[in-house]
Amino acid sequence: MLKIENLHVKLEEEDKQILKGLSLEVPAGEVHAIMGPNGSGKSTLSYVLSGKDGYEVTDGTATLEGNDLLDLEAEERAAAGLFLAFQYPVEIPGVGNMTFLRTAVNAQRKARGEEEMSAAEFLKVIRAKAKDLKIDADMLKRPVNVGFSGGEKKRNEILQMAMLEPKMCILDETDSGLDVDAMKLVSDGVNALRDPNRAFLVITHYQRLLDHIVPDVVHIMAGGKIVKSGGPELALEVEKNGYADLMESA
Amino acid sequence: MAVAKEKLLARKRDALAERLGALTLPEGGAWITEARKSALGRLEAMGLPAPRDEYWRFTKPDLLNAPKPAPAAVFDHGDEMPVFGEVDRIKIVFVDGVFDAAQSDDLTLAGVEIDRLAEAAKADIHWAKGVFGTVELASQTPVERPLAALNTAFATDGVLIRVTGKAAKPISLIYKHEDDCSDAILHNVVKLEPGAELTLLENGPAAARFNKCLEVDIADGARFHHIRAQGRDHERQAVTGMFVRQGAESLFKSFTLTANGRLTRNESFIEMKGANASAHIAGAALGHGDFHHDDTVFITHDAENCESRQVFKKVLQKGAVGAFQGKILVKRGAQKTDGYQKSQSLLLDDEAQFLAKPELEIYADDVACSHGSTSGAIDEDMLFYLRARGVDKGTAMDLLVIAFVAEAIEEIEDESFREEITERLESWLLRRRG
Ligand SMILES: Nc1ncnc2c1ncn2[C@@H]1O[C@H](COP(=O)(O)OP(=O)(O)OP(=O)(O)O)[C@@H](O)[C@H]1O
Ligand SMILES: [Mg+2]
Repeated sequence: MLKIENLHVKLEEEDKQILKGLSLEVPAGEVHAIMGPNGSGKSTLSYVLSGKDGYEVTDGTATLEGNDLLDLEAEERAAAGLFLAFQYPVEIPGVGNMTFLRTAVNAQRKARGEEEMSAAEFLKVIRAKAKDLKIDADMLKRPVNVGFSGGEKKRNEILQMAMLEPKMCILDETDSGLDVDAMKLVSDGVNALRDPNRAFLVITHYQRLLDHIVPDVVHIMAGGKIVKSGGPELALEVEKNGYADLMESA
Repeated sequence: MAVAKEKLLARKRDALAERLGALTLPEGGAWITEARKSALGRLEAMGLPAPRDEYWRFTKPDLLNAPKPAPAAVFDHGDEMPVFGEVDRIKIVFVDGVFDAAQSDDLTLAGVEIDRLAEAAKADIHWAKGVFGTVELASQTPVERPLAALNTAFATDGVLIRVTGKAAKPISLIYKHEDDCSDAILHNVVKLEPGAELTLLENGPAAARFNKCLEVDIADGARFHHIRAQGRDHERQAVTGMFVRQGAESLFKSFTLTANGRLTRNESFIEMKGANASAHIAGAALGHGDFHHDDTVFITHDAENCESRQVFKKVLQKGAVGAFQGKILVKRGAQKTDGYQKSQSLLLDDEAQFLAKPELEIYADDVACSHGSTSGAIDEDMLFYLRARGVDKGTAMDLLVIAFVAEAIEEIEDESFREEITERLESWLLRRRG
């Protein structure tokens, strides 16, 4: 599904290399986790894949189902099936959550040459999905993420993912800031979307999330590349001993 | 210094003499002739506005002062539906400043008296006597408004509306522009008796050059709503004055949507003379290219416990200039005043310019007044968030533009008008993207 090879990325404005030869492959149907120390470049990877400005790819490739991602505009990547649940979801005063999501769903459908969703159908679908995530009607009416608590913002990201039904979902620390119950809700939301035709890349600092969303592969990222990959037991090792041992052995 | 000042005044009077050469005082009955002569008298004392005048530093008055208007091409609206087209209303149509009976409705509405100025002017006496030119005169202190005095003196027509009850539908003034060289001067008066309520709609470019006054006298407990769409024609040259006097417990709400235009100066002066009154004035302007748009607002709190709100939003790009001059004056004794002013611009590129002059002048001690003026660009993080969800860049920008002006549109009380204005804005933005 997602294939990254030897990716080198620097900041556009400064001479600062952040990703230094990162390679990673997530096949369809699998869940991969990325763990790694603060500042190792995990969010940068997610931004570069989803098309944020300000980064320069100096080497390497990234493809989604064989199509070059790096050549596309952010919205084209989304229409191609890429989704990023932001580490810090953005507040947009003045744009209603509902309007935003309907615009997004229909923009993607249009870009793919599919029929737009009617207002009535959209309402029906979003209500059902919001209910599963315990997002109340009031939150849907409010401006995007404005006045949402940290946990509510993260649940709103998962709601967007559920509505957009992407093929490749990148979750950047969706678990941070969640209480125990919300973690369960979000994990259930993610697990409900697990599908042979869909893949997940879950960035997290905590093994706890991976008890709920059991990964096929765990990658350890440090200094802008993947330094070790393994099964779910790797996450337990991180939890117990930190990164120092792993990085030495790498 | 004194010599320089004398020279300046002489220049203003010369400009006026030239302008007056192209105008004739319309004939009329005693009441209006008196009002017109008095306005002409104050105009002659002031002269025309000059770039050195305190409130004309941001906006060059030349186009508005010139004896003849610069020609302005009639704008082709294509297949665009006229604003308020679906609203059940009393339509009053002026074409290049001339009343068009065929396109207008019957001027009858329960609880409302509607007269045309041109007709009422023939009488010796009219109920409008206490309002016409009077509220405008009050607005001349402390800031002179020569073009408003010129309007009172020379307006050829307009409507005089007296509301005694709750008007069942809005009155809609439609100003059409068909002649490239027309110069229209219209003067409207609205008098709301105690407890009365009216919604006034205005739209259209009116003429190549348009000088328009609206005087509003709102008695105790009366409510007035004003929604205006000035249009998106590129060559508009307009100066409008809205002069308001409010009694106790009264409500005044005004919103204006403007796009494009070569020069648009919207002045307002609101005086709150009775306790517990509320005045809200808001505007949203979109400017692109050779666009100059100026809101100059003066709100006087002259009674206790009144509330005022000014919310102005301008979206500017490609050399467009937006100006905002807003003042809240709280007079001695106007305790418990709650005054708030916000003027913001969204600059879509480096060529656009926003000039702001927010002012507070307060002579009472127990008041809450604030103002905030900001200029900013599109928030890149918001833009990326929208695009990352699949919304294309153009649509995402439009969503953020609408979000930016939403606060001004929110000032419209009626939800269906809020929706209509928002949809209109969306369609204008869409057209602009082509
Ligand atoms: N726009 C930027 N300007 C300056 N430095 C940046 C920018 N973006 C990223 N960096 C730097 O790049 C490095 C990687 O940051 P990134 O946010 O990708 O780390 P992370 O692995 O997601 O960390 P965390 O676990 O704390 O979320 C950090 O040192 C960060 O300060
Ligand atoms: Mg991060």
